[in-house]
Amino acid sequence: MVGAACALYAAREGLDVAVVDRGPVAGGTTGAGEGNLLVSDKEPGPELDLALLSGRLWADLAEEHAKAFEYEAKGGVVVASTPEGLTALETFAAGQRAAGVLAEPVAADRLHDLEPYLAPGLAGAVRYPQDTQVMPALAAAHLLRASGARLLTGHTVTEVLRGKDGSVRGVRTDRGELHAPAVVNAAGTWGGAVASLAGVTLPVLPRRGFVLVTEPLPRRVRHKVYAADYVADVASDSAALQTSPVVEGTAAGPVLIGASRERVGFDRSFSLPVVRELAAGATRLFPFLARVRALRTYLGFRPYLPDHLPAIGPDPRAPGLLHACGHEGAGIGLSTGTGQLIAQVLAGRAPGLDLTPFRPDRFPEETA
Amino acid sequence: MTDGSPRLAVIGAGPAGLAASLAAAARGIHVTLIDAAAAAGGQFHRRPASGLGARRPSALHHRWSTWERLEQGLAAHLEAGTVEHLPDHHVWTVERTGPAPGARPGFTVHALLGPLQERSVAVRADAVLLATGGYEKVLPFPGWTLPGVVTAGGAQAMLKGGLVVPGRRAVVAGSGPLLLPVATALAAAGVEVAALVESLDPRRLPRAAGALASAPGKAAEGARYAARLLRHRVPFLPRHTVIEARGEGRLEAVTVAALGPDGRVRPGTERRIPCEALAVGHGMIPHTDLAEALGCRVDGVNVSVDDEQRTDVPGVWAAGETTGIGGAELALAEGHIAGRSAAARLHGTAPDPAAGAARVRTRARRFAAALDTVYRPPLHWADQVTDDTVVCRCEEVTAGRVREAVTDLGAGDLRTVKLLTRAGMGWCQGRICEPAVAGLTGCEQTPVQRMLARPVPLGELARAGADDEGHDGGNDHAPGRPAGAPHRRTHDPDRQPTQSHSAMSHPTEREEPS
Repeated sequence: MVGAACALYAAREGLDVAVVDRGPVAGGTTGAGEGNLLVSDKEPGPELDLALLSGRLWADLAEEHAKAFEYEAKGGVVVASTPEGLTALETFAAGQRAAGVLAEPVAADRLHDLEPYLAPGLAGAVRYPQDTQVMPALAAAHLLRASGARLLTGHTVTEVLRGKDGSVRGVRTDRGELHAPAVVNAAGTWGGAVASLAGVTLPVLPRRGFVLVTEPLPRRVRHKVYAADYVADVASDSAALQTSPVVEGTAAGPVLIGASRERVGFDRSFSLPVVRELAAGATRLFPFLARVRALRTYLGFRPYLPDHLPAIGPDPRAPGLLHACGHEGAGIGLSTGTGQLIAQVLAGRAPGLDLTPFRPDRFPEETA
Repeated sequence: MTDGSPRLAVIGAGPAGLAASLAAAARGIHVTLIDAAAAAGGQFHRRPASGLGARRPSALHHRWSTWERLEQGLAAHLEAGTVEHLPDHHVWTVERTGPAPGARPGFTVHALLGPLQERSVAVRADAVLLATGGYEKVLPFPGWTLPGVVTAGGAQAMLKGGLVVPGRRAVVAGSGPLLLPVATALAAAGVEVAALVESLDPRRLPRAAGALASAPGKAAEGARYAARLLRHRVPFLPRHTVIEARGEGRLEAVTVAALGPDGRVRPGTERRIPCEALAVGHGMIPHTDLAEALGCRVDGVNVSVDDEQRTDVPGVWAAGETTGIGGAELALAEGHIAGRSAAARLHGTAPDPAAGAARVRTRARRFAAALDTVYRPPLHWADQVTDDTVVCRCEEVTAGRVREAVTDLGAGDLRTVKLLTRAGMGWCQGRICEPAVAGLTGCEQTPVQRMLARPVPLGELARAGADDEGHDGGNDHAPGRPAGAPHRRTHDPDRQPTQSHSAMSHPTEREEPS
């Protein structure tokens, strides 16, 4: 998704773009994501600024493509189960409001007007009208097509070519060389491996997540609904399993249930304990789901950097190399802003946001 | 008497699962035989519900004596308490539950109780034997979703299980060794079989002649079927294919055409055959979901096993169609070998050589491989699929949308087509449409990991394997039936084609290996 967005905005700057992927379109984390464009889970800071920028860009793209990639500005509802949790949530929301986020408190007795099937007895909630959803694989495929970029799927990059002065001059793939004065590393969870092909380190690590998908239902879950502890899990550094229920309906009918986070490397095997936790959390929030059938479950690997911020921008260690990866679980949402910032740098213009917090060389070498 | 005996869970009560259960139970293993159907036997030995009063169910089956011996063996073990049979148990996953702190090393099989499949129970075992069979492959053509079009296996199941026929005048079409018995069984049941349309090119036969001749009994069985076809005056159309099914609201006729040597339809050879039913099939695909959820290696579409039928996951065996489509005789041999191996390994010893069964297995595998080279869908079948033909019936995705995903959006594999079109995301999870989508996409049918082998209610998922399953913990949850009591022989009304753990019934000529 991030690569597709970079291609789109770079092409709009008039650049000649080729997109190289060892797999198919949306074959990595994009195809395993829920397609969240969220501001609600972000505290004020550089990531929230990027999310707000990205949200505006997504809305622009939706004018043309909304139907093609199932863009739906349905809003998010974050619920607190206890009064203490609600107090913390409202404090968090107040900070977000100051940073430009729309966040509306919802009293306990109004909650069921928003979500009639929510469990009884919840303390209250905050509604975030800017939270939006897209179908990520469709979004990536349609933006790639709209970019007009040359698409080289099934091409594995084996080397980042460097000139005598150290500057990047293209890539070598298993099917030949591509020459270009700039190479953008948008390899997501595998961004660290591509960085190392250029001789630089970028400590991107996988953080596994499962998603449960139910049978198609009439719309009963109207917003993206999640428990307030999700925010704490997103920001956590723990390698251990964390699950917090995130429930949302989709345009196609099935309800999607996340979100688990664990650092177990690239382990693709089914984990019943994780999926059981997801099901338990979702049925606590929405009791009617207990009788709804899960049709399938899938997993993906979020590209995670130690400080939970992506790497965006030129790499001073390898002139001509730019990074656009490590967005953890927010890559779909943050892709448009990332793509535009990268395109601005490629065009030699000042980027619309300060890239300092996203510098790819901000990590000490020994962490890699 | 089984206290302390090692416990083996056998999943699937078709020929492979039954042979495995008998072999293991005879060697001091406590076997829990878990199956989705109401009665043991699988698709191969499916029988009429007792309420239907069939006087001579054997008329619809060959190898009836083999079945009788399996059934008697099972009854003896049920009586002795060495085998526990759990019918109407729909397994949705198998979990490796050990060695965790405090937990007994081994496996937990999670199954929904049929036919409603609303409640899940857990069965614990020291080892698991997967005998989950296969399911039918059907390639689409214009009109294939019309009422009156059934799968060849579906027609057979209707006959064997319900003593009903799909229509008065039928066409049997597709490719594979199942078509011949289906056509003869329909004819014997009084259906006018207007044609047996088989894309097989008899000119390919000489190339496979060596392996086919190695099973003279099978050739004789084939000849017997052919003679019956003649007797019932069933026209046989080799090198032909169905290119369209037509009708107002339901099937009224099919259009068939001859195939050229290049596998394309020969223009001008189309002809219309009026019929009420079309039984169509293009072979079988192994059920590998449970194996994949356990992390077993899968080669192509087959679960990979060693000489003892062990998968690469310790404690997991596999036998029958799930390791490669090969028919009931092969399934019996593999099940027998697997059951012996599991028993020996659970006792901490090496299995005695099962020379007879191993010989049968070798020959049957060679025979199955030879059949594979003969029975092939027409090379260019996808050309006949019009853009408006629905390919994925669950999500109503047309061939045109699959083609768009390939030409306009850069998809080149099953997963990407699925993501971009929703083909394969519905109730059957792609089991029916995957071969078709692969053909239209022009890619191999690679295994798609399905971590849930069947839909499971979230409330049951939330408590699966939890420590508080006192009400169904252990193996003591068989629904109110003492071991050895007569099984219910009710027809499963909820049965869907995708749920059949069926064995392919092509000719077999040998006794159960021993």
